Amino acid sequence: MIVARTGNEAMAEAMRQINPDVVAAYPITPATEVVQLFSKFVHDGKVTTEFVPAESEHSAISACVGASSAGARVMTSTASQGLALMHEILFIAAGLRLPIVICLVNRSLSSPINIHCDHSDSLASRDAGWIQIFSENTQEAYDSTIMAIKIAEKALLPAMVTTDGFIISHGMERVDMVDDAAVPKWLGTRQPKTSLLDVDNPITLGALDLQDFFFEHKRSEIDAMNRVLPIIDEVQNEFAEKFGRHYPIVDEYKMDDAEVAILAMGSTGGTGKVAVDKMREQGKKVGLVRCRVFRPFPKDQMLKAVTKAKVLGVMDRSDTMSTLGGHLYNECRSILYDSDTRPLLKNYIYGLGGRDISIEDIEDIYTNLFDIQKSGKVDKDIVYYGVRGE
Amino acid sequence: MASLKQLAAQEEKFLGGHRACAGCAATIAARMVLMAAEQPVVVGASTGCLEVVSTIYPYSAWNVPYVHNAFENVAATMSGVEAAYRALKKKGMVKKDLRFIAFGGDGGTYDIGLQALSGMIERRHHVLYVCYNNEAYMNTGIQRSSATPRGAHTTTSPAGTKIPGKIEPRKNLTEIIIAHEPAYAAQATIGYWNDLVTKVRKALDADGPSFINIYAPCRLGWAYVPEKTVKVSKLSVETCVWPLYEYQDGKYRITVKPKEKKPITEFLKQQGRFGHLFKWHDDVPIKEYQEEVDMIWERLLKRSEQ
Repeated sequence: MIVARTGNEAMAEAMRQINPDVVAAYPITPATEVVQLFSKFVHDGKVTTEFVPAESEHSAISACVGASSAGARVMTSTASQGLALMHEILFIAAGLRLPIVICLVNRSLSSPINIHCDHSDSLASRDAGWIQIFSENTQEAYDSTIMAIKIAEKALLPAMVTTDGFIISHGMERVDMVDDAAVPKWLGTRQPKTSLLDVDNPITLGALDLQDFFFEHKRSEIDAMNRVLPIIDEVQNEFAEKFGRHYPIVDEYKMDDAEVAILAMGSTGGTGKVAVDKMREQGKKVGLVRCRVFRPFPKDQMLKAVTKAKVLGVMDRSDTMSTLGGHLYNECRSILYDSDTRPLLKNYIYGLGGRDISIEDIEDIYTNLFDIQKSGKVDKDIVYYGVRGE
Repeated sequence: MASLKQLAAQEEKFLGGHRACAGCAATIAARMVLMAAEQPVVVGASTGCLEVVSTIYPYSAWNVPYVHNAFENVAATMSGVEAAYRALKKKGMVKKDLRFIAFGGDGGTYDIGLQALSGMIERRHHVLYVCYNNEAYMNTGIQRSSATPRGAHTTTSPAGTKIPGKIEPRKNLTEIIIAHEPAYAAQATIGYWNDLVTKVRKALDADGPSFINIYAPCRLGWAYVPEKTVKVSKLSVETCVWPLYEYQDGKYRITVKPKEKKPITEFLKQQGRFGHLFKWHDDVPIKEYQEEVDMIWERLLKRSEQ
C-alpha cells in the first residue's frame, strides 16, 4: 500500500504492525511523535502493547530491560539527550543480550542546545554493544524498523534504527507499506531462551561478575557482535524475498567506474545520489558509498566499496572531539591500513546542529575531490564544511 | 497471622551461603520478605550490598527469578517486568498468578532511585518496593545518604571537632511515598518479624503499587557487635526512632505501639556511629534529634487517630 508518511509516522506505523508486547518511552524532540502516535494506537485498541509512559528516558530503557528480561518483545524511541540519558543502561541491555529495538531520531547533543539533526547522539553510543542501522529515507526507516526486530532477536543483541531529525522524521515521503497482517506473520513471536516469568526455572540475571568470569562474558558479547553482519544479510534477503525491497549493508551508488567518491550516512546519502546523477550528466565519474550499518562496522563490504575510488571524501555529521576528525573517517582510515589499495582520504565534517547540506554543496565537495585527484595530494585532511570562518 | 513454624516449613527462597556480614539485617529482611510471600514472586534488586553479597557469579542466593539492572532503576526495571507480565498473561503465554518485588537500599531508594520509584507508583505498577534502610551507603563504605539521621557519623559526614557528624535531619521517605497514594505503604523492621510478614502479605495482596520501608541495622556502618542486630532493631521501635505503621485507603495505623516510649539515647548508645555525641561539649545534637523523633511520633499518633 502506497501512503504518504513522515519518518516518525512511518516508524510509528512499523511499531503498530510489529505490535510489541511492551513499549516504554518518554517524549523528546524530534522523536516525540513516534511515541505520541503509538500511544494513540494503544488507546484506540489498534495494538495490544502494554505501554509504559516512563518518567525519564533512563527509566524508559530500564523498563525495556526488565520487560525484555521477562521474555517480551520490547521497543522504545528517543533522540539526543534522551539517548545520552539512557547511555548507562545501553551497555547493560547489550551485556544481558536483550533484543530491544530503539527507533532513534538523530539530533545533536547539547551544549549548545539544538533540536536539529546530526549524528553525535547515536555515535556517542557506538561502543555500547548495539547494532546501529542508519536510514536514508522514510521507506528505509520503516523497513529497517521491521527488520531490526528479527535481526536483534537472532543476534541476541539490541538494535537502534535511526532517522535524521526533521530531515526524515518530519519530511513527508512516499512509503510502500506492507500489509498489517504480514508483519507479525513474518516476524513470528519472540522465543526467549529464558524468562524472569518462568518461576519454575528461576534465573539470576545481572549477577556480579568479577575478575574470574567478566572477561569471558564480555568476550562472548563481542563474539555475538562478530556474528551480526551475516545475520543482517540473511534478514535483508528474507525481507527482499517476501516484500520485494532489498537493502545492502553498504550501499554503493555508481561506484563501479567512479574516480572520486563520497562516503556518507543517513539522509545525506539521498542528497548525494542526486548530486552524483547531476555530475554524471556532465560526464564526471563520481560515485557514492553509504554506510547503512555502522555497528558492527562492515569492514569487508566497506573496503570493497571505498577502494574502487582514487579519492574518497568521508562526510561525517559528527566529530569525535579527538582532533582526529569524524567517526566514519576514523573507521575508514583504520580499515584501510592493511589494504593494498588505498584512496586518498579527506574528511568533511558538515551539518552539525542541522545545518543544511545541499546538492550544490556536495557537487562542490566532488569538485574539491577532483582537484585532489589531479594534484595527487590531500590539501587538508580534515575540514569543517559550511562553517563560518573556515 | 503467620506462625514461625509455618514460615520455617517452606522451601527457602533466599538461601544461605551468601557473602553478607554476620548480623546483616538487609539479608534477614530479604529472607523474611520472600518467606512472607504466598504467591510465586519475581525479584529485582538495585546495585548495593544485597545485590553484591547475593549474586557473585557463578553463585546466587536467589531461589526465585531475579534481575539486577543498575543502581537507580530497580523500580523502572520492575515496572518493565510487570508490564511484560501483563502483556504476556493477556496473550496466554504466562498462566500463573505472580507477584513482583523490588529491593533497594536507602541510597538506591531515598536518593538516586527516588525518581524511578515515584514513576513506578504513579503509573500504578503492581510491584512491592522494599527499601532495606540502613541509613547510609554501606556498600561503598558508609557514606551519608538522605536517610542518614542527624548526628550520625559516616565517612562523608564524619564526627569532626567542629561538626558532630551529619547535621541535617533525614528525609521522611515513607511520607513522600504516602503522598503518592499507593495501594499500601508501611514501615517495618526485622526485629518484629510478625509485623513485617503481615505487612508484606498486605502489600502483595493490595491492588496496586506498594512500599515497605524496612529498617535494617548495619553492624558495620552503625558500629555495634553482630549479635545485637535484633536488639538494635527493637530499640529503634521502643524509642520511636523508627515507628512501625502502615497506610492504606487513606488511613494511618500504628502497628506496634511501645508500652513505654524510651529516650532515643537508649538506641543511640548501642551504636558507635553516635558515640561522639555522648562526648560532645553540649547535648544539643542529641536534644535536636530527640525533638525531631518526638515531633514525628506525635504527628503520627494524631494521624492514626483520625
